[in-house]
Amino acid sequence: MSDAVLKTIKSLPDRFFKVCETIGRTVLLFFSSVGHLSYFTGKALKHVFSPPWYPRLLIRQCVDIGYYSLPVVGLTALFTGMVLALQSYTGFTRFNAESAVAAVVVLSVTRELAPVLAGLMVAGRVGAAIAAEIGTMRVTEQIDALTTLSVNPFKYLIVPRIIAGTLMLPVLVLIGDIIGVFGGYIVSIYTLGFSPGSYLTQTWDILERMDVISGLWKASAFGFIVTLMGCYHGFNSGRGAQGVGAATTYAVVSASILILVSNFLLTKLFFS
Amino acid sequence: MSATESQTMIEMQGVYKAFGEKVVLDGVDLNVGKGQSLVIIGGSGSGKSVMLKCILGILQANSGLIKVDGKETKKMNAREQNKMMNRFGMLFQGGALFDSLKIWENVAFGLIHAKKMDREEARDIAVQKLKQVGLAPQVADLHPAELSGGMQKRVGLARAIATTPEIIFFDEPTTGLDPIMADVINDLIVDCVKDLGATALTITHDMACARKIADHVAMIYEGKIIWHGSVHALDNSGNPYVDQFIHGRADGPITKHADFKAA
Repeated sequence: MSDAVLKTIKSLPDRFFKVCETIGRTVLLFFSSVGHLSYFTGKALKHVFSPPWYPRLLIRQCVDIGYYSLPVVGLTALFTGMVLALQSYTGFTRFNAESAVAAVVVLSVTRELAPVLAGLMVAGRVGAAIAAEIGTMRVTEQIDALTTLSVNPFKYLIVPRIIAGTLMLPVLVLIGDIIGVFGGYIVSIYTLGFSPGSYLTQTWDILERMDVISGLWKASAFGFIVTLMGCYHGFNSGRGAQGVGAATTYAVVSASILILVSNFLLTKLFFS
Repeated sequence: MSATESQTMIEMQGVYKAFGEKVVLDGVDLNVGKGQSLVIIGGSGSGKSVMLKCILGILQANSGLIKVDGKETKKMNAREQNKMMNRFGMLFQGGALFDSLKIWENVAFGLIHAKKMDREEARDIAVQKLKQVGLAPQVADLHPAELSGGMQKRVGLARAIATTPEIIFFDEPTTGLDPIMADVINDLIVDCVKDLGATALTITHDMACARKIADHVAMIYEGKIIWHGSVHALDNSGNPYVDQFIHGRADGPITKHADFKAA
Protein backbone atom coordinates (compact mmCIF):
# COMPACT_ATOMS: atom_id res chain seq x y z
CA MET A 1 0.00 0.00 0.00
CA SER A 2 1.40 3.42 -0.88
CA ASP A 3 2.28 6.05 1.74
CA ALA A 4 -0.42 8.40 0.49
CA VAL A 5 -3.17 5.78 0.93
CA LEU A 6 -1.88 4.88 4.42
CA LYS A 7 -1.84 8.57 5.35
CA THR A 8 -5.42 8.96 4.15
CA ILE A 9 -6.58 5.90 6.14
CA LYS A 10 -4.82 7.17 9.28
CA SER A 11 -6.47 10.61 8.96
CA LEU A 12 -9.99 9.13 8.56
CA PRO A 13 -10.88 9.10 12.30
CA ASP A 14 -9.73 12.74 12.63
CA ARG A 15 -11.85 13.78 9.67
CA PHE A 16 -14.81 11.85 11.04
CA PHE A 17 -14.54 13.57 14.43
CA LYS A 18 -14.18 16.98 12.75
CA VAL A 19 -17.40 16.40 10.80
CA CYS A 20 -19.14 15.22 14.00
CA GLU A 21 -17.84 18.31 15.80
CA THR A 22 -19.20 20.64 13.13
CA ILE A 23 -22.60 18.91 13.12
CA GLY A 24 -22.71 18.95 16.93
CA ARG A 25 -21.79 22.61 17.12
CA THR A 26 -24.46 23.53 14.56
CA VAL A 27 -27.14 21.52 16.35
CA LEU A 28 -26.22 23.03 19.74
CA LEU A 29 -26.20 26.53 18.26
CA PHE A 30 -29.62 25.92 16.70
CA PHE A 31 -31.17 24.70 19.96
CA SER A 32 -29.49 27.45 21.93
CA SER A 33 -30.94 30.07 19.53
CA VAL A 34 -34.40 28.47 19.73
CA GLY A 35 -34.13 28.48 23.53
CA HIS A 36 -33.08 32.13 23.64
CA LEU A 37 -35.87 33.15 21.28
CA SER A 38 -38.48 31.15 23.24
CA TYR A 39 -37.35 32.76 26.50
CA PHE A 40 -37.45 36.20 24.92
CA THR A 41 -40.95 35.54 23.48
CA GLY A 42 -42.25 34.26 26.83
CA LYS A 43 -40.80 37.25 28.65
CA ALA A 44 -42.29 39.66 26.10
CA LEU A 45 -45.74 38.02 26.34
CA LYS A 46 -45.60 38.14 30.15
CA HIS A 47 -44.94 41.88 29.99
CA VAL A 48 -47.74 42.39 27.43
CA PHE A 49 -50.27 41.34 30.06
CA SER A 50 -48.79 43.06 33.11
CA PRO A 51 -48.75 46.81 33.90
CA PRO A 52 -47.38 49.42 33.54
CA TRP A 53 -48.31 50.04 29.92
CA TYR A 54 -47.26 53.02 27.84
CA PRO A 55 -50.30 54.08 25.73
CA ARG A 56 -48.48 57.12 24.29
CA LEU A 57 -45.72 54.85 22.93
CA LEU A 58 -48.27 52.33 21.66
CA ILE A 59 -50.07 55.02 19.64
CA ARG A 60 -46.75 56.22 18.23
CA GLN A 61 -45.81 52.69 17.19
CA CYS A 62 -49.26 52.14 15.65
CA VAL A 63 -48.72 55.25 13.52
CA ASP A 64 -45.15 54.21 12.62
CA ILE A 65 -46.02 50.63 11.76
CA GLY A 66 -49.53 51.09 10.40
CA TYR A 67 -49.91 54.51 8.85
CA TYR A 68 -46.39 54.85 7.42
CA SER A 69 -46.48 51.34 5.91
CA LEU A 70 -49.70 52.11 4.08
CA PRO A 71 -48.09 53.43 0.82
CA VAL A 72 -45.79 50.38 0.54
CA VAL A 73 -48.53 47.86 1.28
CA GLY A 74 -51.06 49.72 -0.89
CA LEU A 75 -48.77 49.83 -3.94
CA THR A 76 -47.79 46.18 -3.49
CA ALA A 77 -51.45 45.14 -3.28
CA LEU A 78 -52.49 47.31 -6.23
CA PHE A 79 -49.91 45.92 -8.64
CA THR A 80 -50.30 42.37 -7.35
CA GLY A 81 -54.05 42.53 -8.08
CA MET A 82 -53.39 43.98 -11.53
CA VAL A 83 -50.78 41.36 -12.44
CA LEU A 84 -52.96 38.59 -11.05
CA ALA A 85 -55.88 39.62 -13.26
CA LEU A 86 -53.64 39.75 -16.34
CA GLN A 87 -51.94 36.41 -15.66
CA SER A 88 -55.18 34.61 -14.78
CA TYR A 89 -56.83 35.92 -17.90
CA THR A 90 -54.02 34.83 -20.25
CA GLY A 91 -53.89 31.41 -18.56
CA PHE A 92 -57.64 30.84 -18.34
CA THR A 93 -58.35 31.73 -21.98
CA ARG A 94 -56.66 28.39 -22.79
CA PHE A 95 -59.55 26.62 -21.05
CA ASN A 96 -62.25 29.14 -21.98
CA ALA A 97 -62.48 29.94 -18.24
CA GLU A 98 -62.04 33.74 -18.42
CA SER A 99 -65.06 34.22 -16.18
CA ALA A 100 -63.05 32.82 -13.23
CA VAL A 101 -60.68 35.81 -13.22
CA ALA A 102 -62.72 37.77 -10.65
CA ALA A 103 -62.89 34.73 -8.32
CA VAL A 104 -59.17 34.01 -8.63
CA VAL A 105 -58.23 37.63 -7.95
CA VAL A 106 -60.42 38.05 -4.87
CA LEU A 107 -59.60 34.66 -3.32
CA SER A 108 -55.87 34.89 -3.99
CA VAL A 109 -55.63 38.41 -2.69
CA THR A 110 -57.67 37.96 0.51
CA ARG A 111 -56.46 34.48 1.45
CA GLU A 112 -52.79 34.61 0.50
CA LEU A 113 -51.24 37.46 -1.39
CA ALA A 114 -52.29 40.44 0.70
CA PRO A 115 -51.28 38.94 4.08
CA VAL A 116 -48.02 37.36 2.86
CA LEU A 117 -46.84 40.24 0.70
CA ALA A 118 -47.84 42.83 3.31
CA GLY A 119 -46.01 40.75 5.93
CA LEU A 120 -42.87 40.59 3.80
CA MET A 121 -42.99 44.30 2.93
CA VAL A 122 -43.51 45.24 6.58
CA ALA A 123 -40.66 42.89 7.56
CA GLY A 124 -38.40 44.87 5.23
CA ARG A 125 -39.62 48.29 6.33
CA VAL A 126 -40.56 47.91 9.98
CA GLY A 127 -38.59 44.84 11.12
CA ALA A 128 -35.34 46.33 9.87
CA ALA A 129 -36.10 49.73 11.44
CA ILE A 130 -36.96 48.18 14.80
CA ALA A 131 -33.79 46.06 14.86
CA ALA A 132 -31.62 49.03 13.88
CA GLU A 133 -33.22 51.37 16.44
CA ILE A 134 -33.11 48.96 19.38
CA GLY A 135 -29.67 47.69 18.32
CA THR A 136 -28.32 51.25 18.33
CA MET A 137 -29.91 51.81 21.73
CA ARG A 138 -28.13 48.68 22.99
CA VAL A 139 -24.77 49.78 21.58
CA THR A 140 -25.03 53.33 22.95
CA GLU A 141 -26.11 52.07 26.42
CA GLN A 142 -29.57 53.65 26.12
CA ILE A 143 -31.14 50.33 27.17
CA ASP A 144 -28.93 50.27 30.28
CA ALA A 145 -29.95 53.88 30.91
CA LEU A 146 -33.63 52.82 30.89
CA THR A 147 -32.86 50.25 33.59
CA THR A 148 -31.07 52.82 35.75
CA LEU A 149 -34.10 55.10 35.40
CA SER A 150 -36.33 52.34 36.86
CA VAL A 151 -38.01 51.64 33.51
CA ASN A 152 -38.20 48.06 32.31
CA PRO A 153 -36.80 48.01 28.73
CA PHE A 154 -39.15 45.15 27.82
CA LYS A 155 -42.21 47.16 28.76
CA TYR A 156 -40.94 50.40 27.25
CA LEU A 157 -39.37 49.15 24.02
CA ILE A 158 -40.63 45.68 23.18
CA VAL A 159 -44.28 45.54 24.31
CA PRO A 160 -45.58 48.62 22.42
CA ARG A 161 -43.93 47.45 19.20
CA ILE A 162 -45.25 43.90 19.43
CA ILE A 163 -48.81 45.02 20.26
CA ALA A 164 -48.73 47.64 17.48
CA GLY A 165 -47.45 45.11 14.92
CA THR A 166 -50.03 42.50 15.90
CA LEU A 167 -52.89 45.02 15.72
CA MET A 168 -51.86 47.11 12.73
CA LEU A 169 -50.95 44.46 10.18
CA PRO A 170 -54.57 43.16 9.95
CA VAL A 171 -55.69 46.75 9.31
CA LEU A 172 -53.06 47.13 6.60
CA VAL A 173 -54.08 43.80 5.06
CA LEU A 174 -57.76 44.73 5.07
CA ILE A 175 -56.90 47.91 3.16
CA GLY A 176 -54.56 45.85 0.96
CA ASP A 177 -57.43 43.43 0.21
CA ILE A 178 -59.61 46.27 -1.05
CA ILE A 179 -56.80 47.87 -3.07
CA GLY A 180 -55.71 44.50 -4.52
CA VAL A 181 -59.22 43.62 -5.66
CA PHE A 182 -59.56 47.13 -7.04
CA GLY A 183 -56.31 46.61 -9.02
CA GLY A 184 -57.74 43.43 -10.55
CA TYR A 185 -60.98 45.26 -11.32
CA ILE A 186 -59.18 48.12 -13.12
CA VAL A 187 -57.24 45.74 -15.38
CA SER A 188 -60.24 43.49 -15.99
CA ILE A 189 -62.53 46.37 -16.94
CA TYR A 190 -60.19 48.72 -18.81
CA THR A 191 -57.77 46.24 -20.42
CA LEU A 192 -59.53 42.89 -20.64
CA GLY A 193 -62.98 44.22 -21.44
CA PHE A 194 -65.00 42.69 -18.58
CA SER A 195 -68.36 44.18 -17.67
CA PRO A 196 -68.07 46.15 -14.40
CA GLY A 197 -71.39 44.88 -13.04
CA SER A 198 -70.77 41.17 -13.66
CA TYR A 199 -67.15 41.41 -12.42
CA LEU A 200 -68.27 42.91 -9.12
CA THR A 201 -71.15 40.43 -8.78
CA GLN A 202 -68.80 37.48 -9.35
CA THR A 203 -66.33 38.92 -6.83
CA TRP A 204 -69.01 39.41 -4.21
CA ASP A 205 -70.67 36.01 -4.81
CA ILE A 206 -67.50 33.96 -4.48
CA LEU A 207 -66.15 35.77 -1.42
CA GLU A 208 -66.90 34.20 1.94
CA ARG A 209 -66.37 35.73 5.35
CA MET A 210 -63.75 33.10 6.21
CA ASP A 211 -61.59 34.14 3.23
CA VAL A 212 -61.13 37.60 4.69
CA ILE A 213 -61.01 36.53 8.33
CA SER A 214 -58.32 33.88 7.74
CA GLY A 215 -56.21 36.51 5.96
CA LEU A 216 -56.59 38.89 8.89
CA TRP A 217 -55.58 36.21 11.41
CA LYS A 218 -52.55 35.45 9.29
CA ALA A 219 -51.73 39.16 9.16
CA SER A 220 -51.93 39.38 12.92
CA ALA A 221 -49.53 36.43 13.29
CA PHE A 222 -47.16 37.97 10.72
CA GLY A 223 -47.26 41.32 12.52
CA PHE A 224 -46.30 39.56 15.73
CA ILE A 225 -43.47 37.69 14.00
CA VAL A 226 -42.05 40.79 12.27
CA THR A 227 -41.99 42.93 15.41
CA LEU A 228 -40.77 40.09 17.62
CA MET A 229 -37.86 39.34 15.29
CA GLY A 230 -36.96 43.04 15.02
CA CYS A 231 -37.03 43.44 18.79
CA TYR A 232 -35.19 40.17 19.50
CA HIS A 233 -32.31 40.79 17.12
CA GLY A 234 -32.05 44.47 18.06
CA PHE A 235 -32.12 43.72 21.79
CA ASN A 236 -29.37 41.11 21.42
CA SER A 237 -27.38 43.12 18.91
CA GLY A 238 -23.60 42.81 18.87
CA ARG A 239 -21.31 45.75 19.43
CA GLY A 240 -20.63 48.51 16.92
CA ALA A 241 -22.00 49.29 13.49
CA GLN A 242 -21.32 45.74 12.31
CA GLY A 243 -23.39 44.29 15.15
CA VAL A 244 -26.33 46.57 14.38
CA GLY A 245 -26.05 45.81 10.65
CA ALA A 246 -26.06 42.08 11.33
CA ALA A 247 -29.05 42.43 13.69
CA THR A 248 -30.99 44.23 10.95
CA THR A 249 -30.20 41.53 8.39
CA TYR A 250 -31.12 38.70 10.78
CA ALA A 251 -34.38 40.46 11.69
CA VAL A 252 -35.53 40.71 8.07
CA VAL A 253 -34.34 37.26 6.99
CA SER A 254 -35.70 35.39 10.02
CA ALA A 255 -39.04 37.25 9.88
CA SER A 256 -39.41 36.51 6.15
CA ILE A 257 -38.67 32.81 6.61
CA LEU A 258 -40.98 32.51 9.62
CA ILE A 259 -43.76 34.29 7.70
CA LEU A 260 -43.53 31.76 4.86
CA VAL A 261 -43.39 28.76 7.21
CA SER A 262 -46.21 29.98 9.46
CA ASN A 263 -48.28 30.86 6.37
CA PHE A 264 -48.24 27.20 5.37
CA LEU A 265 -49.16 26.06 8.89
CA LEU A 266 -51.95 28.61 9.23
CA THR A 267 -53.34 27.77 5.78
CA LYS A 268 -53.38 24.10 6.77
CA LEU A 269 -55.13 25.04 10.00
CA PHE A 270 -57.80 27.19 8.34
CA PHE A 271 -58.53 25.27 5.15
CA SER A 272 -57.79 21.59 5.66
CA MET B 1 -13.89 59.37 58.51
CA SER B 2 -17.08 61.32 59.24
CA ALA B 3 -20.13 59.96 61.00
CA THR B 4 -22.11 59.47 57.78
CA GLU B 5 -19.20 57.70 56.10
CA SER B 6 -19.10 55.16 58.88
CA GLN B 7 -22.29 53.62 57.45
CA THR B 8 -21.62 51.43 54.43
CA MET B 9 -23.81 52.26 51.45
CA ILE B 10 -22.34 49.85 48.89
CA GLU B 11 -20.58 46.65 49.86
CA MET B 12 -18.97 44.12 47.53
CA GLN B 13 -17.49 40.87 48.80
CA GLY B 14 -15.63 38.44 46.57
CA VAL B 15 -17.51 39.50 43.43
CA TYR B 16 -16.54 37.33 40.48
CA LYS B 17 -17.66 37.91 36.92
CA ALA B 18 -16.45 36.17 33.78
CA PHE B 19 -17.55 36.30 30.15
CA GLY B 20 -16.89 32.80 28.89
CA GLU B 21 -13.28 32.10 29.78
CA LYS B 22 -12.37 35.76 30.22
CA VAL B 23 -12.39 36.66 33.90
CA VAL B 24 -13.19 40.36 34.35
CA LEU B 25 -13.81 40.61 38.10
CA ASP B 26 -11.78 38.19 40.16
CA GLY B 27 -13.03 38.55 43.72
CA VAL B 28 -13.66 42.26 44.15
CA ASP B 29 -13.96 43.45 47.77
CA LEU B 30 -15.02 47.06 48.19
CA ASN B 31 -16.94 49.26 50.63
CA VAL B 32 -18.32 52.70 49.88
CA GLY B 33 -19.43 54.74 52.89
CA LYS B 34 -22.62 56.78 52.96
CA GLY B 35 -22.01 60.28 51.58
CA GLN B 36 -18.55 59.29 50.39
CA SER B 37 -17.19 60.02 46.93
CA LEU B 38 -15.14 57.04 45.82
CA VAL B 39 -13.25 57.06 42.55
CA ILE B 40 -12.13 53.80 41.03
CA ILE B 41 -9.14 54.11 38.75
CA GLY B 42 -7.77 51.50 36.43
CA GLY B 43 -6.72 50.97 32.84
CA SER B 44 -9.03 50.30 29.94
CA GLY B 45 -10.47 46.80 30.11
CA SER B 46 -9.66 46.38 33.79
CA GLY B 47 -13.31 45.73 34.71
CA LYS B 48 -14.40 49.14 36.02
CA SER B 49 -17.59 49.41 33.95
CA VAL B 50 -18.49 45.76 34.55
CA MET B 51 -18.18 46.35 38.30
CA LEU B 52 -20.56 49.29 38.08
CA LYS B 53 -23.04 47.30 36.00
CA CYS B 54 -22.93 44.45 38.51
CA ILE B 55 -23.86 46.84 41.33
CA LEU B 56 -26.69 48.25 39.22
CA GLY B 57 -27.95 44.76 38.37
CA ILE B 58 -27.53 45.33 34.61
CA LEU B 59 -25.07 42.42 34.70
CA GLN B 60 -25.33 39.49 37.09
CA ALA B 61 -22.15 38.55 38.95
CA ASN B 62 -21.26 34.84 38.77
CA SER B 63 -20.58 34.74 42.49
CA GLY B 64 -19.98 37.01 45.47
CA LEU B 65 -22.07 39.37 47.50
CA ILE B 66 -23.29 42.87 46.59
CA LYS B 67 -25.19 44.86 49.21
CA VAL B 68 -26.77 48.28 48.79
CA ASP B 69 -27.63 49.97 52.08
CA GLY B 70 -27.34 46.63 53.83
CA LYS B 71 -29.65 44.71 51.45
CA GLU B 72 -28.30 41.99 49.22
CA THR B 73 -29.21 42.84 45.62
CA LYS B 74 -29.37 39.22 44.43
CA LYS B 75 -32.15 38.40 46.92
CA MET B 76 -34.35 41.35 45.94
CA ASN B 77 -37.59 40.72 44.09
CA ALA B 78 -38.63 42.87 41.10
CA ARG B 79 -40.42 45.45 43.27
CA GLU B 80 -37.49 45.82 45.67
CA GLN B 81 -35.11 46.09 42.75
CA ASN B 82 -37.24 48.81 41.24
CA LYS B 83 -37.27 50.62 44.56
CA MET B 84 -33.50 50.33 44.75
CA MET B 85 -33.13 51.69 41.22
CA ASN B 86 -35.14 54.75 42.26
CA ARG B 87 -32.31 55.58 44.65
CA PHE B 88 -29.69 55.49 41.87
CA GLY B 89 -28.64 58.03 39.30
CA MET B 90 -26.11 57.36 36.58
CA LEU B 91 -24.09 59.41 34.16
CA PHE B 92 -23.02 57.19 31.26
CA GLN B 93 -19.73 57.49 29.43
CA GLY B 94 -21.35 58.38 26.10
CA GLY B 95 -24.28 60.21 27.69
CA ALA B 96 -26.75 57.47 26.63
CA LEU B 97 -29.36 60.13 25.94
CA PHE B 98 -32.53 58.90 24.24
CA ASP B 99 -32.20 60.43 20.78
CA SER B 100 -35.89 60.17 19.96
CA LEU B 101 -36.76 62.42 22.91
CA LYS B 102 -36.24 66.13 23.47
CA ILE B 103 -33.64 67.25 26.02
CA TRP B 104 -36.21 68.09 28.70
CA GLU B 105 -37.91 64.70 28.18
CA ASN B 106 -34.53 63.03 28.67
CA VAL B 107 -33.90 64.90 31.91
CA ALA B 108 -37.45 64.38 33.15
CA PHE B 109 -37.59 60.71 32.08
CA GLY B 110 -37.16 59.27 35.57
CA LEU B 111 -39.61 61.78 37.04
CA ILE B 112 -42.33 60.98 34.49
CA HIS B 113 -41.93 57.20 34.28
CA ALA B 114 -40.56 56.15 37.65
CA LYS B 115 -42.00 58.84 39.93
CA LYS B 116 -45.21 59.22 37.85
CA MET B 117 -44.95 63.00 37.91
CA ASP B 118 -47.18 65.20 35.77
CA ARG B 119 -45.40 66.14 32.50
CA GLU B 120 -45.72 69.90 33.03
CA GLU B 121 -44.29 69.70 36.53
CA ALA B 122 -41.52 67.37 35.36
CA ARG B 123 -40.64 69.80 32.57
CA ASP B 124 -40.24 72.64 35.07
CA ILE B 125 -37.89 70.52 37.18
CA ALA B 126 -35.97 69.47 34.06
CA VAL B 127 -35.43 73.09 33.02
CA GLN B 128 -34.29 73.88 36.57
CA LYS B 129 -31.81 70.97 36.51
CA LEU B 130 -30.54 72.08 33.12
CA LYS B 131 -29.93 75.52 34.58
CA GLN B 132 -28.08 73.88 37.48
CA VAL B 133 -25.63 72.29 35.03
CA GLY B 134 -25.20 75.55 33.12
CA LEU B 135 -27.55 75.02 30.19
CA ALA B 136 -30.04 77.63 28.99
CA PRO B 137 -33.78 76.85 29.06
CA GLN B 138 -33.83 77.07 25.23
CA VAL B 139 -31.84 73.83 25.13
CA ALA B 140 -34.82 72.00 26.63
CA ASP B 141 -36.67 71.71 23.34
CA LEU B 142 -33.71 70.53 21.27
CA HIS B 143 -32.81 66.90 20.51
CA PRO B 144 -29.55 65.27 21.73
CA ALA B 145 -28.09 65.18 18.20
CA GLU B 146 -28.20 68.99 18.13
CA LEU B 147 -25.84 69.32 21.11
CA SER B 148 -22.04 69.13 21.43
CA GLY B 149 -20.35 66.33 23.41
CA GLY B 150 -19.81 68.59 26.43
CA MET B 151 -23.44 69.72 26.41
CA GLN B 152 -24.61 66.10 26.14
CA LYS B 153 -22.52 65.25 29.21
CA ARG B 154 -24.18 68.12 31.09
CA VAL B 155 -27.61 66.86 30.04
CA GLY B 156 -26.61 63.36 31.19
CA LEU B 157 -25.58 64.85 34.53
CA ALA B 158 -28.87 66.77 34.79
CA ARG B 159 -30.73 63.50 34.10
CA ALA B 160 -28.65 61.66 36.70
CA ILE B 161 -29.52 64.19 39.44
CA ALA B 162 -33.11 64.95 38.35
CA THR B 163 -34.69 62.37 40.66
CA THR B 164 -32.49 63.52 43.61
CA PRO B 165 -30.85 60.11 43.98
CA GLU B 166 -29.01 58.94 47.08
CA ILE B 167 -26.34 57.12 45.09
CA ILE B 168 -24.85 58.43 41.86
CA PHE B 169 -22.58 56.55 39.48
CA PHE B 170 -20.32 58.36 37.05
CA ASP B 171 -18.89 56.26 34.24
CA GLU B 172 -15.85 58.00 32.77
CA PRO B 173 -17.44 61.46 33.11
CA THR B 174 -14.64 63.39 31.38
CA THR B 175 -13.74 60.98 28.56
CA GLY B 176 -13.72 62.66 25.17
CA LEU B 177 -13.89 66.20 26.54
CA ASP B 178 -11.31 68.97 26.23
CA PRO B 179 -9.44 69.80 29.50
CA ILE B 180 -11.49 72.93 30.21
CA MET B 181 -14.84 71.22 29.64
CA ALA B 182 -13.60 68.25 31.69
CA ASP B 183 -12.85 70.59 34.58
CA VAL B 184 -16.29 72.21 34.23
CA ILE B 185 -17.92 68.76 34.42
CA ASN B 186 -15.78 67.85 37.44
CA ASP B 187 -16.88 71.04 39.23
CA LEU B 188 -20.51 70.29 38.39
CA ILE B 189 -20.17 66.75 39.73
CA VAL B 190 -18.65 68.00 42.99
CA ASP B 191 -21.40 70.63 43.37
CA CYS B 192 -24.23 68.24 42.53
CA VAL B 193 -22.98 65.51 44.85
CA LYS B 194 -22.47 68.01 47.67
CA ASP B 195 -25.91 69.59 47.13
CA LEU B 196 -27.62 66.22 47.22
CA GLY B 197 -25.44 64.79 49.98
CA ALA B 198 -25.28 61.71 47.81
CA THR B 199 -22.91 58.76 47.78
CA ALA B 200 -20.88 58.89 44.57
CA LEU B 201 -19.02 56.14 42.79
CA THR B 202 -16.98 57.25 39.82
CA ILE B 203 -14.87 55.23 37.46
CA THR B 204 -12.22 56.98 35.46
CA HIS B 205 -8.66 56.88 34.25
CA ASP B 206 -8.43 60.66 34.21
CA MET B 207 -6.29 61.51 37.25
CA ALA B 208 -7.26 65.20 37.27
CA CYS B 209 -10.89 64.09 37.53
CA ALA B 210 -10.06 61.58 40.28
CA ARG B 211 -8.16 64.15 42.37
CA LYS B 212 -10.92 66.72 42.00
CA ILE B 213 -13.98 64.67 42.90
CA ALA B 214 -12.70 61.88 45.15
CA ASP B 215 -12.70 61.53 48.92
CA HIS B 216 -11.30 58.05 48.51
CA VAL B 217 -9.65 56.27 45.60
CA ALA B 218 -9.47 52.57 44.80
CA MET B 219 -7.46 50.99 42.04
CA ILE B 220 -8.62 47.94 40.11
CA TYR B 221 -6.12 45.78 38.27
CA GLU B 222 -6.69 42.37 36.70
CA GLY B 223 -10.15 42.16 38.26
CA LYS B 224 -9.04 42.88 41.83
CA ILE B 225 -8.97 45.98 44.01
CA ILE B 226 -5.24 46.31 44.64
CA TRP B 227 -5.27 49.57 46.59
CA HIS B 228 -7.88 51.60 48.47
CA GLY B 229 -7.21 54.76 50.43
CA SER B 230 -7.81 58.47 50.89
CA VAL B 231 -7.23 60.73 47.90
CA HIS B 232 -4.57 62.53 49.96
CA ALA B 233 -2.65 59.26 50.29
CA LEU B 234 -2.67 58.66 46.53
CA ASP B 235 0.79 60.13 45.89
CA ASN B 236 2.31 58.18 48.78
CA SER B 237 0.42 54.93 48.31
CA GLY B 238 3.57 52.82 48.38
CA ASN B 239 1.94 50.67 45.70
CA PRO B 240 4.06 50.41 42.54
CA TYR B 241 0.96 49.74 40.38
CA VAL B 242 -0.77 52.90 41.66
CA ASP B 243 2.44 54.90 41.26
CA GLN B 244 2.88 53.79 37.67
CA PHE B 245 -0.77 54.46 36.84
CA ILE B 246 -1.07 57.94 38.38
CA HIS B 247 2.15 59.07 36.74
CA GLY B 248 1.23 57.47 33.42
CA ARG B 249 4.55 55.66 33.03
CA ALA B 250 5.03 52.97 30.42
CA ASP B 251 7.62 51.20 32.57
CA GLY B 252 6.49 49.44 35.69
CA PRO B 253 4.66 46.38 36.96
CA ILE B 254 1.64 47.01 34.70
CA THR B 255 2.75 45.26 31.54
CA LYS B 256 -0.40 45.66 29.54
CA HIS B 257 1.32 46.25 26.22
CA ALA B 258 4.12 43.74 26.69
CA ASP B 259 3.00 41.84 23.60
CA PHE B 260 3.22 44.92 21.42
CA LYS B 261 6.63 45.77 22.90
CA ALA B 262 7.93 42.31 22.21
CA ALA B 263 6.68 42.51 18.65
